[in-house]
Amino acid sequence: MQSQLDLFSQAPTPYSVSEITARIRALLEREPLLQDFWVTGEISNFSRASSGHLYFTLKDAGAALSGVVWRAQAQAMRTLPANGDKVLAHGKIGVYEPGGRYQMYVDAFRPAGRGDLHAEFERLKARLDTEGLFAPERKRSLPAHPRRIGVVTSPTTAAFRDVLNVLGRRYPLAEVLLSPTPVQGDAAPPQIVAALGALNARDDVDVILVVRGGGSLEDLWAFNDERVARAIAASRLPVVSGVGHEIDFTLADFAADLRAPTPSAAAELATPDIAELRGAVEQRQARLERVFAADIAGRRERVTQMTRSLEHLAPLTRLASARQRVDDLTARADVARAHRLEARRQSVAALAARLEALNPEAVLSRGYAIVRERETGEVLTQAAQVTPGMALTIQWQDGEVAAKVVDGRQ
Amino acid sequence: MDFTTELSYEQALAELEDIVAQLEGGTLALDETVALYQRGRNLAAHCQRLLDGVDLKVRQLVASLDGKNSVVDFSVEG
Repeated sequence: MQSQLDLFSQAPTPYSVSEITARIRALLEREPLLQDFWVTGEISNFSRASSGHLYFTLKDAGAALSGVVWRAQAQAMRTLPANGDKVLAHGKIGVYEPGGRYQMYVDAFRPAGRGDLHAEFERLKARLDTEGLFAPERKRSLPAHPRRIGVVTSPTTAAFRDVLNVLGRRYPLAEVLLSPTPVQGDAAPPQIVAALGALNARDDVDVILVVRGGGSLEDLWAFNDERVARAIAASRLPVVSGVGHEIDFTLADFAADLRAPTPSAAAELATPDIAELRGAVEQRQARLERVFAADIAGRRERVTQMTRSLEHLAPLTRLASARQRVDDLTARADVARAHRLEARRQSVAALAARLEALNPEAVLSRGYAIVRERETGEVLTQAAQVTPGMALTIQWQDGEVAAKVVDGRQ
Repeated sequence: MDFTTELSYEQALAELEDIVAQLEGGTLALDETVALYQRGRNLAAHCQRLLDGVDLKVRQLVASLDGKNSVVDFSVEG
C-alpha cells in the first residue's frame, strides 16, 4: 500500500502522445536507408482522393506498407499503377502523425516484371561494349576551368534548374549554353543527337552536360537509345552525363566521359568550386609576397656585405692606417733625436772641460805669467826673443805690469 | 590603364603563376622584380574581383530558318 503510493508520487512527468509520435518520426527520418530507397511489391487498395493524392498499399506475402503519392507528383506521372500491378516504388518513409501511422511517400513507380526493356537494354549494352564504345581509354578528362558549358536537356525541367543552381553557386564564372531538346518520347533521341551536334559544331564550348531528371525506365529510355549513345561517344567535346537518379544507369552514362549520378552532380563534377579558386589565388598571392620579400631581403643582404668589404678598401681606411704608420715613425724619430741630443750634450761637456784646461787665466792662477812685447803684443815664449832694453808687458792673474829688460840672456 | 582587366580568371591565374616562378628563379634586375611583383599583385586582385561579383550567364541555342543555330539569352517560355 505504502509502496504503491510511493510509486505514484515518484511517477515522472508523462510525455504527450504528440511528443512520443514526434520522437518516432524523428527516429525514422534519421535512418538514411528509409529516406531514399526502392521497394518492390504489389499494389492494392489503390484510390485517388478528391485532393488528387493517391493512396494504396504495397504488399508481398509477408507484410504490407501504406503508400501515398502527392498530387503534384501524381500529375507528373505518365502512367499510374492499378490494383494487382507488381511495381518498383521509389520514395521515403514518413510518419502521418494524426493517424499514428508510418507510410511510404512514393515519388516514382516502375513496372516490375517487364523483362523486355531490360533485356533490350542489356543486349544493346553488350553490343556497344564489344565495339569498344565504353572503353576506359576513350574517356577524356574534363577541362579544369570550363569557360562555356553546353547543356543538353529540356529547359523546363527541374534537372536544368538544378544544374543552373549548382553552377550559379559553385562556378558563376562559366557561361551556360543550353542546347534545348525534348528528353523523353520517341522523338527525343534524334533531337538529343542534334542538340549534341549543335554544341560540337561550335568552337566556344568546353564541356557538355547531358542531363535529365528521374523517372521510370520508359521515361529515361531516350538515353538508352543507340543513336544517343553513339553520338555521346563520338562527341568532339567531353561529355558528362547526369540522367535519372543515382541507381539509374543508361547507355548514355556508359558512353559519356564521366557519369554523374544526378543532374546536380553532373554540374558539380564538371566545375571547380569557387572556394577552391579563391584558395588558388590566395595561395599564389602568398607565394608572390613571400618570394618578393625574400628577393628584396637577399638584395639588401648583398648590399650590406659589399658595403662591408668596400669599407676595407676605402681611401679613408687606408689613410687611417698610413696615419698610424706616420705616428709610429714620428715616435721612433723622437726617440732617436733624444738619443742624439744627449750624446752631443755629453761631447760638448767633454770639450768644455778640455777647453777649460787650456784657459790661460787658469794657468796664471797657478802662478804663471804671460810676457808680451809691449809694442806688438806678441807673446814671448822663449828667452831668446828678449833683447836688452826691450819694453815688455807682464800679465799676472790679477793685472799687468810694464817692465824693461835690463840685461840680456845669461 | 590597368591592362589586367581584359584577362579571364584562368589567364590571370596562369600569368600570376608564371610571375611567381620567374621571381623564384631569382636572376632578375631589381626594377624588373618590382615591376613583376606589382603586376602579380594586380593579377591576384583581378582574380579576386572576377570571383566576387559574377552572376551565371545563361544563353541558349535556337534553330534559325536557314538551319543554322543562333545564340539568344535564355528565358523559360510557357
